[in-house]
Amino acid sequence: MSATSAFAEGRSRALPAFLGKAVRLLATIAVTIFGLLVVTFLIGRVVPVDPVLAVVGDRASQSTYDKAFVELGLDRPLYVQFGLYVEKAVTGDFGESLLTKKPIINDIARAFPATLELATVAILIGTLFGIPVGVWAAVRQGKLVDQVVRIVGLMGYSAPIFWLGLLGLLVFYAKWGIVAGPGRIDISYEYAFTPTTGLFLLDTAMQGQWGAFRNVVSHIALPASLLGYFSMAYIARMTRSFMLNELAQEYIVTARVKGVAEWRIIWVHALRNAAVPLVTVVTLSYASLLEGSVLTETVFAWPGLGQYLTNSLQNADMNAVLGGTLLIGIIFVGLNLLSDFLYTVLDPRVRRRA
Amino acid sequence: MKHVQKLMAVALMCTAAAFAPVTAQAETPPDTLIQAWAIDDVISLDPAEVFEFTASEVLGNSYQGLIGYNVKDVSEIFGVVAEKWEVSEDGKTFTFTIRPGMKFASGNPITAEDAVYSLQRAIKLDKSPAFILTQFGFSADNVDAMIRKTSDMTFEFEMDKPYAPTLVLYCLTATVGFIVDSELVKSNEVDGDFGYDWLKTNYAGSGAFTIRDWRANEAIVLERNDNYSGDAAPMARAIYRHIPETATQRLLLEQGDIDIARNVGAEEITALSENPDIVVESGVKGSIYYLGLNQKNENLAKPQVRQAMKYLVDYATISDTIMKGKVIPHQAFLPRGFLGALEETPFSLNVEKAKELLAEAGLPDGFTVTMDTRNTPEITAMGQAIQQTMAMAGIKMELIPGDGQQTLTKYRARNHDIYIGRWGPDYQDPHTNADTFARNPDNSDDAASKPLAWRNAWDIPEMTLKADAAILEGDAKKRAQMYIDLQTEHQQTSPFVIMFQEIEVLARRKNVEGFVVGPSFNDNSFKAVTK
Repeated sequence: MSATSAFAEGRSRALPAFLGKAVRLLATIAVTIFGLLVVTFLIGRVVPVDPVLAVVGDRASQSTYDKAFVELGLDRPLYVQFGLYVEKAVTGDFGESLLTKKPIINDIARAFPATLELATVAILIGTLFGIPVGVWAAVRQGKLVDQVVRIVGLMGYSAPIFWLGLLGLLVFYAKWGIVAGPGRIDISYEYAFTPTTGLFLLDTAMQGQWGAFRNVVSHIALPASLLGYFSMAYIARMTRSFMLNELAQEYIVTARVKGVAEWRIIWVHALRNAAVPLVTVVTLSYASLLEGSVLTETVFAWPGLGQYLTNSLQNADMNAVLGGTLLIGIIFVGLNLLSDFLYTVLDPRVRRRA
Repeated sequence: MKHVQKLMAVALMCTAAAFAPVTAQAETPPDTLIQAWAIDDVISLDPAEVFEFTASEVLGNSYQGLIGYNVKDVSEIFGVVAEKWEVSEDGKTFTFTIRPGMKFASGNPITAEDAVYSLQRAIKLDKSPAFILTQFGFSADNVDAMIRKTSDMTFEFEMDKPYAPTLVLYCLTATVGFIVDSELVKSNEVDGDFGYDWLKTNYAGSGAFTIRDWRANEAIVLERNDNYSGDAAPMARAIYRHIPETATQRLLLEQGDIDIARNVGAEEITALSENPDIVVESGVKGSIYYLGLNQKNENLAKPQVRQAMKYLVDYATISDTIMKGKVIPHQAFLPRGFLGALEETPFSLNVEKAKELLAEAGLPDGFTVTMDTRNTPEITAMGQAIQQTMAMAGIKMELIPGDGQQTLTKYRARNHDIYIGRWGPDYQDPHTNADTFARNPDNSDDAASKPLAWRNAWDIPEMTLKADAAILEGDAKKRAQMYIDLQTEHQQTSPFVIMFQEIEVLARRKNVEGFVVGPSFNDNSFKAVTK
């Protein structure tokens, strides 16, 4: 309660400062995204790959080739091409994919929810397990629990996800049959609901299709647990080190001397202070999951952003690559903003400085 | 501390709950054929544009052309939408009669109007496969006059030269010659685009199946066409699921979640052949694997060097090990199953012979050369095997890996030394490969046409004339002999080390029967599949 009122008070006092900060922020975002556009555009034009081939294939006659070359605007100077691109991008038109021949925005709107759903479930698993496990390991520093956590975490780091994914499929799907196989949903449930949001868990639940919902759960369980395990390994390790840092502080000693209950010291005093850097760790993990994990998506035949972008990249479909990169850039900027905001909620010192 | 443990317990229970409510479905629905295949090559479903493997197969099962052939013996040509045809005395005009009583899936009758519209449309749209038709002298400007309706059920097809009838008929079996429902397509026309925007993702055919849905990189769904003129397909639905990873396809197949796995590697073939529930099937495809030796490289331009390299590939070992079950040795530019294919394989690994030839060329110690290698597992493995055998004769070959578009861009610009490639024929006539391997009308850098012979800077005015003569030979037997002669010469002198012909392999559940693996992808058929 005290935190909320303090926040409200701070906001009213710092309104002009807040506006100034917002303007600065917007400028930073604009520059970041523009820089992103320039770099990806240039890389796209510098790589020794002929985008026309992606459109017409290897066998087309020269006249067909030339026609496509002009249609793509490749005959114009580079800066004109870039100018045209930016002009369109500002209005939300990223052009058409050379491969699917659909507007990029539609393609991404189809691929992104698949990744978003997977990443969200994975980060929930990673955070819900990672933080308590990390805290536990820190409290029991050097004991058996700590060692086990360290080994499990290291395994998560070092095993290639591709291999782990196949192994998971082999054991949980092929041998034991407790999860469904690759893909987002079984063919028999495919048309049982209308994908309004593209997040199948949400769609099936909202439409009351519980059979389909269970099927979606059993499809997402394995890839999400796998990705969750990876973020858990990272989050647990970071939690452990932040907690160790906090537990060695003098205020902890003071609290213990005052006779505060041990659980309160760990979960309220120490964790609350460790939470500030943890926010960054979790949001960055989430952001990297949202880029789409190419290998996981390939093994699990998950039609997400990672697969879409890799495929586009390999086929020199620069419109798609630029659109996708921009989206990822915006996600990163957005999540950074979110973590900045959470900082101010969690840490009164940051609030005061603002 | 108790709290920590409590929390952990809750978390564990949550996971258990997430995993628990699973009903493993072990079988696919009995009236639905489910195939796993990497379908990321599909860019369009319009017959005027389709040129990729997956989409060709989809069209082969959902559209019909004027002409067809027996997939077991391609020399047996028959009419499909065309009931019969006549060739004029000067050999330049075909008159086709449409088979009466046929309908499109929409219910519209198939008439000469549809055939004329489809062919004119493909030529006017001028997409990648259009050259298969335009090579007979058609262009957007003249096609209205050259392909013309003469009555409700007949039309004339007039060419600029008396091309070999086999060539013309084989070209009409390609997907670009498939007949579209003109009434339906016209109703979806926008600004004179011949319904191109619409047909890219929609369907207007008359085949055994209709295309209901295509979601890029996810699935293609086909449904039985009740208006089909042939025998109704036993399957009510056929679904392709996009599964890029071969090991994943294998798991799905073993679990019974799919009926057919379409991408199986050498490893999977071995493992699956031991499974009693699964049958591995194969059929020869038209694609060939070859090395292209750029004649701009002064070493590679020497005839003895080209010859030596043909003795420095271990054809037998590659096809028995790393490419086991995926290729057979083949050394001529026409794949087996084509009219006039040359099946002799005069070359085998012979290091001594190669060393002699290199010494003759003035390179007794070999030389250094690069090879652009597409970074797929198969091409890379083959490239490494070839690198080793080349080294035995002192040829130091450096492999430059790159992705498909990258190596191809370099190849098309003639900036390579050696390119290891795979070439699939565009239609069932021998000219398709002769045109690219044995014809090079203009070897200059800015030539209008850039066949494989051009890409390797191989200047062959005489051979080009021979290849040209073969397309005008009306007698099929004589024509076949012309191609055999052409390949015999080509095999010895060309800068192409032709190595293997591809075999397409699929693995199916034992109960899934009747899938036909044809010579080209649009011949692969699941019209008669039962399970």
